Amino acid sequence: MSWTPDLPIVSLKDVHKSFGDFEVLKGVSLDVMKGEVICIIGPSGSGKSTLIRCINALNDIQRGSITVEGQEVSDPKLDKLALRKKVGMVFQQYNLFPHKTALENVMMAPLKVLKEDPRTVEDRARSLIKKVRLEGKEDNYPGELSGGQQQRVAIARSLAMRPDVMLFDEVTAALDPETVKEVLVTIKDLAAEGMTCILVTHEMGFAREVADHIYFTDRGVIVEHGPPASFFDEAKDPRTKEFLSQIL
Amino acid sequence: MDSRLHGTTDLPIMKPYVLRGHQYDELFLVRWLGSLPPWSLLVLLALWPAAAFAQSATFGTVDAFAALWRWIPFLTFQGFLFNVLISLFAMLIGTTLGAALGLAQLSRNKVTRGISWAITQLFRNSPWLVLLFVVLLAFPFQITVFGVTIPIPGWVKAVIGLSLPVMANISEIVRGAVNSVPSAQWEAAESLSFTRTQTLWQIILPQCFKRMIPPWMNWYAILTMATPLCSLLGVGEIITFSRQAMEAENNHPELLMPFYGYALVLFFAYCYPIARLTIALERRYSVKL
Repeated sequence: MSWTPDLPIVSLKDVHKSFGDFEVLKGVSLDVMKGEVICIIGPSGSGKSTLIRCINALNDIQRGSITVEGQEVSDPKLDKLALRKKVGMVFQQYNLFPHKTALENVMMAPLKVLKEDPRTVEDRARSLIKKVRLEGKEDNYPGELSGGQQQRVAIARSLAMRPDVMLFDEVTAALDPETVKEVLVTIKDLAAEGMTCILVTHEMGFAREVADHIYFTDRGVIVEHGPPASFFDEAKDPRTKEFLSQIL
Repeated sequence: MDSRLHGTTDLPIMKPYVLRGHQYDELFLVRWLGSLPPWSLLVLLALWPAAAFAQSATFGTVDAFAALWRWIPFLTFQGFLFNVLISLFAMLIGTTLGAALGLAQLSRNKVTRGISWAITQLFRNSPWLVLLFVVLLAFPFQITVFGVTIPIPGWVKAVIGLSLPVMANISEIVRGAVNSVPSAQWEAAESLSFTRTQTLWQIILPQCFKRMIPPWMNWYAILTMATPLCSLLGVGEIITFSRQAMEAENNHPELLMPFYGYALVLFFAYCYPIARLTIALERRYSVKL
């Protein structure tokens, strides 16, 4: 099946995922169009992170289908490396390479994986670091940067591969409150530029502001979804209402 | 606090956390050796003639030390230097093979993993002397390649025999160091499309290289101290030559303390700085970047 931009760029259909006997995802379906920003919210342990990790094949699924640009992710013959070039991911704990400077962290994958020309890669890496507002920190090691700064380097590192879709897995959950904002601003810039973003987040205000669509998951299923305005103000399901009343 | 309750609570949270048994310390030798104060060398030098003096009879201690004095250049430059040479070669071979074996233990292929694990365990848990004798007896004393006969001298066999247990222990150091890197690093690399091999060589190994140096040096010190085992194979090294020198000096029992004591002083003087350096490196590397 060939993919055209009018089809969903990421599409999940009836996805089931278990760890041993414990079923984490019990039939999840969702579609993301190119340029859309979607936020997945829900109580901890509801399978949000597992869901997002299935999209770039860090976790495999037992049943159902996930496609990225029309390509089946659960296909055993799938070229995982090709998939991951299209899907960037940012983690809660940043996971920067501690032995490399900020600039080297950003440059590494395009140089070693894409085997691009070092000079163009460096130019791109420097402009990405500028974009995440970290000019002057190029030669600092991750250990010398704050959590928020490290997370922005991680975003730049992921963007250096020029992905079509970005996955954000609770990227502000490990940060100090005062550095959360700088990371959220970076993501907002990206969304404004038309990057397709899938976020797992606890930042409700942020979700409301940037998301085109909100999905609420609980116990492995999507309970309710909708555009932010109607989702936050006119939630119908009692579980959603309860969650929102606790968090807002 | 109620004294009747003290010490009798069954609340697990109130019990002190006690590690069961000793934890394995990968620097066990150098930590002990390096913890000795530097003046222990002086104490050793002072006690050694004293101990020798205590057992003196007709053939005086002075005579014995005079004999040792005559033999010192030979014992040092023909003997101990050879121990150092054997240890360096064995370390070189052991490190090369051990690194490969350690990486094989991390293979995703079950068979490779199993075989390399078995080899590691076999050589790690065999007595060194047994390994030395196996190599000595199993290897021919010469090999003929394309009509050219190449003799294999005893010291080469000793090097091979000593490199085997070193190899197995280096293998474990490599495996342990790689496993000590958080799995999140693998995931981050994976999500950036790095292959497993690329991740290992470009991201994981550079991070744990420093961590491997102190235990590697620990094994070098152990290996160096094990080189006198080669005297049992008749390889010319310090202990072999000390025995021959004492024979040449008519085997007076008074010669034993000076001659073997000299070997002890040399080994201590060689290994002690290594131990101190290892401990210093370990302290420096344990500070997070």
